[in-house]
Amino acid sequence: MPNVGRIVAVSGPLITASFNEPVVQNEVGYALLDGLRLKAELIRVRGDYADLQVFEDTIGLYVGGQVEFTGEMLSAELGPGLLGRVVDGLQNPLFELAAASGHFLPRGRYLDPLDRERRWPFTPSVTVGDAVLAGDALGTVPEGQFLHRVMVPFDLEGWWTVRAIAAAGDHTVADVIATIDDDRGHTREVRMLQRWPVKRPLRAYRERLRPEEPLVTKIRIVDTLFPVARGGTFCVPGPFGAGKTVLQQLMSRHAEVDVVVIAACGERAGEVVETLREFPELIDPRTGRSLMERTVIVCNTSSMPVAAREASVYTAVTIAEYYRQMGLDVLLLADSTSRWAQALREVSGRLEEIPGEEAFPAYLESVIAAFYERGGLVSLRDGSTGSVTIGGTVSPAGGNLEEPVTQATLKVVGAFHGLSRERSDARRYPAIDPLESWSHYLGVVSRSDVAFVRALLRAGHEVEEMMKVVGEEGTALDDFVRYLQAEYVDAAYLQQDAFDDVDAATGAERQSAVFGELVRLLRTPLRLDDKDGARRLFARMTQATKEWNRCPWGEASFDAARERLRALVAEVSPDA
Amino acid sequence: MHKAYVRLERIAGNVVAVRAGDATYRELAQVSWPGGSSLAQVVRLEGDRAYLQVFAGARGLPTDARVRFLGRPMRVSASDAILGRVFDGAGRARDRGPAIDDEVIDIAGPSVNPAKRVIPRTMVRTGIPMIDVFNTLVESQKLPIFSVPGEPYLELLARLALQAEVDRIVLGGMGLKHDDYLYFRDTLEAAGALARTVAFIHTAADPTVECLLVPDLALAVAERFALRGHRVLVLLSDMTNFADALKEVAITMEQIPSNRGYPGDLYSQLAARYEKAVDFDDAGSITILAVTTMPGDDVTHPVPDNTGYITEGQLYLRGGRIEPFGSLSRLKQLVNGATRDDHRPLMNAMIGLYAGYRETLEKRAMGFRMSDWDERLLRYGVGFEERLMSLAVDLPLERALDVGWRLLAESFEPAETGLATALIERHWPGVPA
Repeated sequence: MPNVGRIVAVSGPLITASFNEPVVQNEVGYALLDGLRLKAELIRVRGDYADLQVFEDTIGLYVGGQVEFTGEMLSAELGPGLLGRVVDGLQNPLFELAAASGHFLPRGRYLDPLDRERRWPFTPSVTVGDAVLAGDALGTVPEGQFLHRVMVPFDLEGWWTVRAIAAAGDHTVADVIATIDDDRGHTREVRMLQRWPVKRPLRAYRERLRPEEPLVTKIRIVDTLFPVARGGTFCVPGPFGAGKTVLQQLMSRHAEVDVVVIAACGERAGEVVETLREFPELIDPRTGRSLMERTVIVCNTSSMPVAAREASVYTAVTIAEYYRQMGLDVLLLADSTSRWAQALREVSGRLEEIPGEEAFPAYLESVIAAFYERGGLVSLRDGSTGSVTIGGTVSPAGGNLEEPVTQATLKVVGAFHGLSRERSDARRYPAIDPLESWSHYLGVVSRSDVAFVRALLRAGHEVEEMMKVVGEEGTALDDFVRYLQAEYVDAAYLQQDAFDDVDAATGAERQSAVFGELVRLLRTPLRLDDKDGARRLFARMTQATKEWNRCPWGEASFDAARERLRALVAEVSPDA
Repeated sequence: MHKAYVRLERIAGNVVAVRAGDATYRELAQVSWPGGSSLAQVVRLEGDRAYLQVFAGARGLPTDARVRFLGRPMRVSASDAILGRVFDGAGRARDRGPAIDDEVIDIAGPSVNPAKRVIPRTMVRTGIPMIDVFNTLVESQKLPIFSVPGEPYLELLARLALQAEVDRIVLGGMGLKHDDYLYFRDTLEAAGALARTVAFIHTAADPTVECLLVPDLALAVAERFALRGHRVLVLLSDMTNFADALKEVAITMEQIPSNRGYPGDLYSQLAARYEKAVDFDDAGSITILAVTTMPGDDVTHPVPDNTGYITEGQLYLRGGRIEPFGSLSRLKQLVNGATRDDHRPLMNAMIGLYAGYRETLEKRAMGFRMSDWDERLLRYGVGFEERLMSLAVDLPLERALDVGWRLLAESFEPAETGLATALIERHWPGVPA
């Protein structure tokens, strides 16, 4: 007998329903309409009335209509076959939905996220009588380039004993592959498929570790100056048109991780289309396989129902945590967290909650903090480690970083890659501002070199500001050279050509070698007579270094280009 | 048969409440009273009370008005018979033609499955060099035209409606002055372009609520045309009026405002419309150009700001011209490599030199002496503005590129342009091939 309530009010994506039996906060309910079941989440209870946010268009709902409460929280389906999937915020597979329903996203149509028919070759890794805890592997199936661990359901507590385990062979995700019980008389059948409430962090690990090892994104300004750690968090705020999305696309392509989960949250469909049409064609240089095989796309684009936007980031982070449990390094890219915050604001407004700053709800900060806290490096019970690194873009209104979402995010992340309009207008890509951005993590190059270059960039900037007032004539040669040096580092190292195959992605070793060389050259005393001579020298150095950047690592042309650069500097070195 | 109700419990702004237990969310109702009648839409249900937004406004509405629910949402005809016609924001004929009610479809339908979209690959030719050459428009692109009031954005839209190489034009006017509406109609009629155009026009004198329906009517029709395989261009003006109508209605509904009085869902509301732009994998396409006037020329104002995050670039209209700096077509890279070999490099070289011209202008304004190079930049810049940037110029892409080469040749030596030697040999005027 399902717990059924009655609709008493409808306003936008929000409905209010009366109920008699107990209900659970954040449980899923379905609003019934002409044979359709519209998924909704219970977000507030007041007296005998429950407020639910509906994940679909609410047109046609009426007072007196039925709401079926399920008693279960909004959950993600986890199991082999998630990789390469393109799903919406409620984990509906979009290609399958297109095959079934055509051009549009019909409401109330929910397909299984995982293929129920596909058979996976299962290899057990436990035997009858073994004692296991939640999250322990019972066996594996190959999925793409990984061995996908089939794990003891994460919701179990305490020790359980394996009573039956399937032999090696092919199984679907719905087949029972093990039976386990505990000493309190509970028995549980285990399938490859399990469900987990998306808003609850997965905690089936031994302990959380401090993120220390750099996660190489192959974007020089990030890895060298503002690094990201495996299991760390970072945010990318920037005004529109500054290149947030391109930056995320580059990271999703080149970052040295096992799995990438892309949460396209409230952004343009066109960008998702680029990823989902191009990734299957692109080869991951590390594995030689299609990039799509390591990628999961959760997309709830801006025109899809707003309540499902919130669900999409949680679905994405749950999938990321699931693969982390297999000892893999996962990168979650959320674009954009501001749209998610706006979804919270819309619903909060409908609930008539007392608004905080810019009408965002007062709980905005804690919600954002809790989300980023789901990133992390953990050690698992088998001794391996897994990580979820979270990178979120922020789209501040009016490009103003003082706004609440940016500020709430900056408090909880470990690295800040601020994009600037001036840099993108000047076509200096990636447009990460080298003066404003920061990172708490360790990078791939020497720390003293980084400190040297950051000081140089600041000094160069000061000279540039001064020159605006006194002109080039009024600037001393030494100051002018400092300005040129800063411009040189920017043009030749911090900027990267995303359209050049070699320059687009710079590995850690190469960064360390090239950056070391640049710092050495910049520390070389120079014999310069006048500003024109200095300008010519740095123009030639910039040219030579850019050519060097286009030479593949480890090839003879790479060494030759470095020698040409050295020769340029040697010409004006006083020791020459 | 739906019941009729005859007692309004509340009238506030354009929203009325009526006790009606069987109303469904967002359905339409006909409100009639001795002095007139209007469509209305359910915007909130609360117990047995239904809140209705009255399209014609509540002015003069008596509490004993008759409300009859229609059991359906807002619909519009998408038959080919609507081509050449002009309708208002409630879908009524504005041109004294007959009402059309075949092939009616619901407006504001569900969004397109991203899996059915393809990466856009086709250029939309407009004959306007500042678009074709410098900010190439791509099928399925959504591009706002940011403009201060007073700029000739309607002239620009009219020219696009006349010249753009698409199958059909859907025009949505929101808060237009009546003169502007007549200008539009007469221009299209005179050029014989009305036959491929359908217009939904809300003028400033019409009720506010009808303004809100215009983009949905226009885009629903466009979507149906695109599904039939047509390449459709939707021209909207002015989205700031649309946003202001949203604000007005939200405040009446006692929603909590978020930023400068605009409702918290402004982004979602704008995105729901702009995201109708699409290139279907197995049908036609919708391209959207929408004028967004910037109050006080302030791009951080909530309307242009939210728009900028949604759209794929923007055109700035300033000083009667499409401003080359700040304007950006984010999709142009997808198509401008395949037009002509000199398109991209020439575009970059010309913009680079034009930036030099702007700097020289500043220098001149500060009283610096002009060098020979400065003089040549000035000559080039003035020529550029007259022969390519002016909105009066109507040239196909290839001829516009040729004009570009001539402009360079009149002021510079080949080497000064930074263009590759091979290109110069092929295209430099006066150099024998």
